Amino acid sequence: MSAPLTSLHRCCQRSALLLLVARRQWCSSSASPPPPPLPRHRRLLLFLTQRYYDIEMLVNWKSQLKRKWLEWKNIGPRSSWRSEVTSQYYVLRLRGGFRYAGQSEWFRADHRGRFRQDFLKHKGTPLEEVDMSHTDINFTGLRNLASQQSLRTLKLRGCPYVDDWFLSRLHVFEDCLEELDISHCPQITTGGLAALRNLKGLKRLDVSSLPRIEIAGLVVILLEEMLPQCQITATGYNLDLSQAGGEKEVEELSQRQR
Amino acid sequence: MSAWRRLQVKLRTAPGFFASIQLTRRHARQYGPLTLCRSLSTGSPLQNKYFKDLKAQLAGFRKKASDALPGSSWTPLLVSPNLPPARVDIVIIGGGVVGWSIAYWLKQKEMIREGARILVVEKDPMYSQSSTVLSAGGIRQQFSLPENIHLSLASVNFMRKINDYLGVMNEDPVDLQFNQSGYLFLASEQGAQIMEENYITQRNAGAHVSLLSPTQLKQKFPWINTDGVVLASYGLENEGWFDPWTLLNAFKRKAISMGVIPCHGEVTDLKCTTKMLRSDSDEIMAVKRINYVKVQMLNSLEYQPVECSIVVNAAGAFSGKLTKMLGIGSGPKDSIAGIPLPVEPRKRYVYVVNCPDGPGLDTPFLIDYSGVYFRREGLGGNYIAGVSPEEAEEPDTNNLEVDHQFFEEKVWPVLAHRVPAFEKLKVTSAWAGFYDYNTFDQNGIIGVHPLINNMYLATGFSGHGLQHSPAVGRAVAELILDGNFKTLDLSSFSFGRILSQEPMLERNIV
Ligand SMILES: Cc1cc2nc3c(=O)[nH]c(=O)nc-3n(C[C@H](O)[C@H](O)[C@H](O)COP(=O)(O)OP(=O)(O)OC[C@H]3O[C@@H](n4cnc5c(N)ncnc54)[C@H](O)[C@@H]3O)c2cc1C
Repeated sequence: MSAPLTSLHRCCQRSALLLLVARRQWCSSSASPPPPPLPRHRRLLLFLTQRYYDIEMLVNWKSQLKRKWLEWKNIGPRSSWRSEVTSQYYVLRLRGGFRYAGQSEWFRADHRGRFRQDFLKHKGTPLEEVDMSHTDINFTGLRNLASQQSLRTLKLRGCPYVDDWFLSRLHVFEDCLEELDISHCPQITTGGLAALRNLKGLKRLDVSSLPRIEIAGLVVILLEEMLPQCQITATGYNLDLSQAGGEKEVEELSQRQR
Repeated sequence: MSAWRRLQVKLRTAPGFFASIQLTRRHARQYGPLTLCRSLSTGSPLQNKYFKDLKAQLAGFRKKASDALPGSSWTPLLVSPNLPPARVDIVIIGGGVVGWSIAYWLKQKEMIREGARILVVEKDPMYSQSSTVLSAGGIRQQFSLPENIHLSLASVNFMRKINDYLGVMNEDPVDLQFNQSGYLFLASEQGAQIMEENYITQRNAGAHVSLLSPTQLKQKFPWINTDGVVLASYGLENEGWFDPWTLLNAFKRKAISMGVIPCHGEVTDLKCTTKMLRSDSDEIMAVKRINYVKVQMLNSLEYQPVECSIVVNAAGAFSGKLTKMLGIGSGPKDSIAGIPLPVEPRKRYVYVVNCPDGPGLDTPFLIDYSGVYFRREGLGGNYIAGVSPEEAEEPDTNNLEVDHQFFEEKVWPVLAHRVPAFEKLKVTSAWAGFYDYNTFDQNGIIGVHPLINNMYLATGFSGHGLQHSPAVGRAVAELILDGNFKTLDLSSFSFGRILSQEPMLERNIV
């Protein structure tokens, strides 16, 4: 009688310990403050996913579908008759806007995503300015713009899917791009800003309010060093190094990154 | 009369009553009010209570005795809670980035949940000697072999979508801290031709690399001294460096969440059965099959034989030692058993230097034609630098001590020559790590060993294993579960090339 009981007991003990061990390893690596409690429906979902494989599966499927949808939107038009206006169609479908070189008229989709077809008149003209602010453009979508080798201005303000990999791809415009706005992009980090070094023709750069840049004062100085001809706008940060004990912060960061 | 009698009886019971109350009080002090209630409510509790008392006292005594012993959690019968299971399907030896990547891909590819039981054995829970966490963390496409370029491209695609692969529900997303700074290779007169050939290979494989003349180089990187440079190649995209520890942990976290069993212990022995086979050339070969892996627990005498059907050797720099246990390399000179796994540890130093006037955010991962490399580390004016010593001057691999003289003699002069600002650098710290060095041709060895028909090798990456780990993990998982390579054909990395003495030399080894 006692033998199976003890083994059961041991079994439980072991699994509990395993769990403990597994957990402990992960919490030590990032000493971040505990995250705020989740809203009730998320907690319920978490509870269910931890107990039922089916629910976990469904949740996974949902996020997969979301990713697929984003990819599909960004792949852009594929039919061959549109090949001359791929970029234009792509920009309008994502509800962005563009301006042809040598013209002042902007083409944009309306708030319901509809757009007039009259941009087709200027088919052969290259684009000079593209405004993709607050759209779902991502790394894949950038391919649709790569053919625009006279693009001078690219606005990507507040794009949730513009990340460091996107910035590293911007070298396709290395000879033409003069103005770039990547302010309010939640995913950009310093590691991605380093890739802007390939845009040596850049004249204006807006890096305001990037939430993942930690010590903005230093980063802006480094950016200015890297792109000497470029005028850099960086608002929305507390840039006063001396006031915020910046020196110390810099030291701390360098220590941490080491 | 009867009334008197009744009174007497009452009086007689009274002392007993009082006594029992006293007794229960004492108990209540010891055991709380619960016992009090129970003893009052049950009819004859006294006897039971005596045994309970005794039991409790014995338990207390046992606890005291065991506490008094050195190593207090000792009890004669309890099994160590971290012992691995006695029977699994696949044992992966080595919990470095390659091992965990294989574990993840095996789980990712299995058709049904818990379809395979996978155990990862790691002897060093702090990873104090693992190459993974001691590496420089670079990833590049600038190789000379198409296979290596494809491996890098596949891995970089993996890293770009790392959260789709390795994100765990309700945990923080993985942040690799990828620095998109590119690699810059410099070539002298002798190397220029090779660099051009490599460039063509790289472009054909789909890598975004550009060639620069010394003037262009000076224009792009004004802080470089171009003396002696004839040609340079610079990676525009998908190159840079990241935090190896994050990648390792991300693989580990995801694999564990998918059901891989982690275990801290050292594989000290492999038990196998041997069969004699006659080869085509009429050679008698002893082909082995591993049945048990002996896992020795850390800091104890305890061990567990783990029965398994497949073993993956991902022990990095020490994988040669593992195959040696099976007698590989100790057979007669001209037989297959006489050829050892040509992987051995080679010590490499990495120096952290501080130079406030250095090139800053502009710094790529620069590799000079002399082999000296450096890259930026963080934003505080720190850089890391190093060079591989010459074959004849390989340092002793018994420890991980750093030779500071080596920096003064071999690294600093080149750095200061290449980047004049580095004249005034200060070494702030340094570390050393082991390359999993393939002495035969400095490339990975992937596939089954011909003499051990259930041991898969994934080792010998000689300084580029970290960046290839995502793609290598997938390839090994395909080899195990599908029987051959599906997405990337890596059959040229098999052990066969060592048997036939046909090296696949990679020219861009750093
Ligand atoms: C200084 C330095 C710089 C580098 N720079 C780069 C770079 O820039 N880019 C790049 O891609 N690569 C780089 N590398 C190479 C890279 O680190 C390795 O190729 C890679 O980490 C190999 O991974 P691994 O998992 O095979 O080995 P490891 O990380 O060494 O893991 C093997 C594990 O197996 C364990 N083990 C060994 N024997 C046993 C046993 N008998 N039982 C149980 N466990 C065992 C060990 O404890 C170890 O943790 C560098 C390496 C060094 C040393």
